[in-house]
Amino acid sequence: MPSLKDLKVRINSVKSTQKITKAMKMVAASKLRRAQEAAEAARPYAERMEKVLAGLGSAVKDQPGASPLLAGTGSDDVQLVIVATSERGLCGGFNTNIVKAARQHISELVAAGKTVKILCIGKKGVGLLRRDYGDLIIDTKDMSGVKKLGFADAQPIAQEVLGMFERGEFDVATLFYAKFQSALVQINTKQQLIPAPIPEAANDDEGDDLAGAIYEYEPSEEAILDDLLPRNVAIQLYRGLLENAASEQGARMTAMDNATRNAGDMIDSLSITYNRTRQANITKELIEIISGAEAL
Amino acid sequence: MAETMRFEIVSPERLLRDTEVAMVVVPGTDGDFTALPAHAPMMSTLRPGVVEIFAEEGAEGEELFVKGGLAQIGAKGLTILAEEVIALDSVSADDLAQKISDTREDIEDAKDDVERASAEKELAWMTALQDVIAA
Repeated sequence: MPSLKDLKVRINSVKSTQKITKAMKMVAASKLRRAQEAAEAARPYAERMEKVLAGLGSAVKDQPGASPLLAGTGSDDVQLVIVATSERGLCGGFNTNIVKAARQHISELVAAGKTVKILCIGKKGVGLLRRDYGDLIIDTKDMSGVKKLGFADAQPIAQEVLGMFERGEFDVATLFYAKFQSALVQINTKQQLIPAPIPEAANDDEGDDLAGAIYEYEPSEEAILDDLLPRNVAIQLYRGLLENAASEQGARMTAMDNATRNAGDMIDSLSITYNRTRQANITKELIEIISGAEAL
Repeated sequence: MAETMRFEIVSPERLLRDTEVAMVVVPGTDGDFTALPAHAPMMSTLRPGVVEIFAEEGAEGEELFVKGGLAQIGAKGLTILAEEVIALDSVSADDLAQKISDTREDIEDAKDDVERASAEKELAWMTALQDVIAA
């Protein structure tokens, strides 16, 4: 039976934990709002880019001499897996889920006899992947210095990936991240970056369909594609990172909300024990006094 | 003749402008061109330069500097997918001159072709921006 003092100390410590988790939840909530806005603001660009690519890509894809960024290198022996995770923990199953999906993909590739290279963005993924695939990790990008994720943060990473591709260091690149749906739901997403998957030319009814109109290209279709494809990689990466940032805050908010609630439950049950013990002590003292008086 | 067309300019970070305009001057890679309503469908890459937007005919143009990108003229209007958009009044000539000389050094110090190419690309838009400011 813990003493009254022990109980008091425990209640106080749980209370201060609760204060911290509550504060973290508030911080996550406000960061979430900002991250969500950023992710939503980036959507129009990606959507339009997708439309243009859909129109251009399907026309050029089957021609000989199409950019390897679009048509691939003709093999898929060396696979680059980009795993985007968070920089900080305490966000529930967020990192574990992404890494789990990535790990499954990697083990499938390894089983199929492919060479796998891993690029980690965010240090939390490294810790989780190091144990099983430590020798496959070729690089880690530290994003901890980044306060507000901008396109300028994603671009150098994309440049590096493109540089590696040009030097023939891999054939296929896949990005793993969590797509933001709501604070409660994040969807693990696997997205192929290189070669760029050509989205089906959407049949939009607005009459702005690329396939429908005969476009004049300046300087030429190929030149535009050559300019567009590397940029598309950067954009997709940027979009993934933005979604990931929003998901991270969402996951953290939910996790901290749960932690706060659990701390509350714990305080309640500890308080009950505390009150009971106190009552028992009073009763015991009373009995001692009464039985002492009766003995006289 | 108050014909207008839809004009959108998007940067990777956000949708910057979505308005009805009468005319836009676009810095295409093969030369500037002016987009008017009911222009034939076309698509062009952009060089670093100024996009000049005229909300209505005869009105004063609004100038935005783009670092490159893609312009698409379709049935609905003009869409510019810009790499980066810089408001002209947000840069000072001195800062820019400093950056340009830094970039020049980078080109000299570049270890390989990839590094040099990216620094040269940086320099290209910086000098273009400098020309615009000086003008």
